[in-house]
Amino acid sequence: MDIIVENLTKIYGTQRAVDNISFKVHTGEVLGFLGPNGAGKTTTMKAITSYLVPNKGDIHVGEFSVIEQPEEVKKHIGYLPENNPLYNDMPVVDYLRFVARIQGIDKSRIYGRILEMVKLCGLEGEKHKKIAELSKGYKQRVGLAQALIHDPEVLILDEPTSGLDPNQIIEIRDLIRTIGREKTVILSSHILAEVEATCDRILIISKGKIVADGTPENLRKKVQGQEMLKFTIEDGGKNDITTALQKIQSIDWVNPVSGSDIRFEIQSKPNTSSRRAIFETCVKNNWVLTEMVVVETKLEDIFHELTMN
Amino acid sequence: MKEIWIIASRELNSFFNSLMAYILLIAFLGFSGFFTWISGADVFLVGQANMQSFFGIAYWTLFFFIPGLTMGLLSEETRSGTIELLLTKPVSDWQVLAGKFLSTLVLICIALAFTLPYYITIATLGPLDHGSVWTGYLGLILMSASYISIGLFASSISKNQIVAFLSALLIGIFFHIIFGVLSGNFNGFLGGIFSYLSLSTHFESISRGVIDTKDLIYFFSLIAIPMILAQSMLARRRF
Repeated sequence: MDIIVENLTKIYGTQRAVDNISFKVHTGEVLGFLGPNGAGKTTTMKAITSYLVPNKGDIHVGEFSVIEQPEEVKKHIGYLPENNPLYNDMPVVDYLRFVARIQGIDKSRIYGRILEMVKLCGLEGEKHKKIAELSKGYKQRVGLAQALIHDPEVLILDEPTSGLDPNQIIEIRDLIRTIGREKTVILSSHILAEVEATCDRILIISKGKIVADGTPENLRKKVQGQEMLKFTIEDGGKNDITTALQKIQSIDWVNPVSGSDIRFEIQSKPNTSSRRAIFETCVKNNWVLTEMVVVETKLEDIFHELTMN
Repeated sequence: MKEIWIIASRELNSFFNSLMAYILLIAFLGFSGFFTWISGADVFLVGQANMQSFFGIAYWTLFFFIPGLTMGLLSEETRSGTIELLLTKPVSDWQVLAGKFLSTLVLICIALAFTLPYYITIATLGPLDHGSVWTGYLGLILMSASYISIGLFASSISKNQIVAFLSALLIGIFFHIIFGVLSGNFNGFLGGIFSYLSLSTHFESISRGVIDTKDLIYFFSLIAIPMILAQSMLARRRF
């Protein structure tokens, strides 16, 4: 089921939480929402799940509009809200049974689905405990289980790995990747590495607008215009090396790394690479190049640059 | 519709898990038993074979206990965020409200059912007018339904359960006693209006054994209007 968001605008009082956003997500795609707090990620997700009514624009989940046919939309979506609200007084299995019934799963299939979800989300040992007794990580798994139990075509997950330990994060990540293959998934996160590992495409939202849309590699290329290198040159004097490097045509600037006499950082001019030139300079002067690394713009830096203006 | 029952049964289970139901039952039956059989205007003091002693105390205990039952129904869901979970499931606002209403009404009916032994006992003590007992119970149920509806509305306006409880009592007290008092102070048209608005007027009328359409319209309005207001409060979240 494709999700098509067209000119979505949501206004709270005088603040435009979501400002004329449009994008598409296709079946089999896992889309990541990134953005600072208050950027509009959760609001956009709430609009897709028909919890909020847009002020302007429309969202289509499959052929259904969230404005005209919200009940149909809700049937095909599995939603894990921010902060994972749960009925704390219910045992896990009872809660899943409640959700299964409310989602309209056939009575005869409910028992089987509950067992499948318990297995899938690793809740075997906790299934008879009251939700209030579970640790945050297990509560998160229950939240995921209720989102998956009716096998929806669309998954909207607001910070699904929040509160999980690194092992659990990997498990959930793999789970999302596996499930994502046949479903349409939108997930939001603050953990950039996780978005990179799980998502096919990233949408960076800031102050209600989309500031970037692309695969992690494309985003990097877009922001990282010029090559940056870090390297270590031994057997030479700091000043001699710096002068020699500055003479290289393709180098834009040279920065000796503070605290070290042998480590340097350079940025090349646009569309050039200085790696061979540096090597040849070292050979000419009998210096020894012991380390050279291409600095990849971290997703954090892309995020920072795009959202801090 | 089965969604209403799914929500109602979850809520009913929650009442029993949280011990709310047991506290209500014990307190309600405790007061009812005491004031029907032992003290106040009890059956032996009054000397007549009727259930008026019970209805008289139940008129007050239900008025105070029902806001306690309804105070968390919506405000707790809003506070914990589960309202967002519920409203993004394929259920309508009405089904949610109807389910919560039904669960509380069922609990009250269970409490009332436990007083049937009073009825049976008094029937063996003297000539009992059976019709007036049944209409008396009907009056209690209609009154309870009205206060449940008011309580549900009160729960929809605040995240804070105490505010919900006090608002329900505050609104309820007008219908329960204030309008009745005012109708005594005014004559003619104004007195008539207050008398019609007062729940005691209609409750007494029904308890006496007369089921007038006037009374039924009153109760159905008192049940329907707060529910409609509660639904509009729920709908406001969407915007």
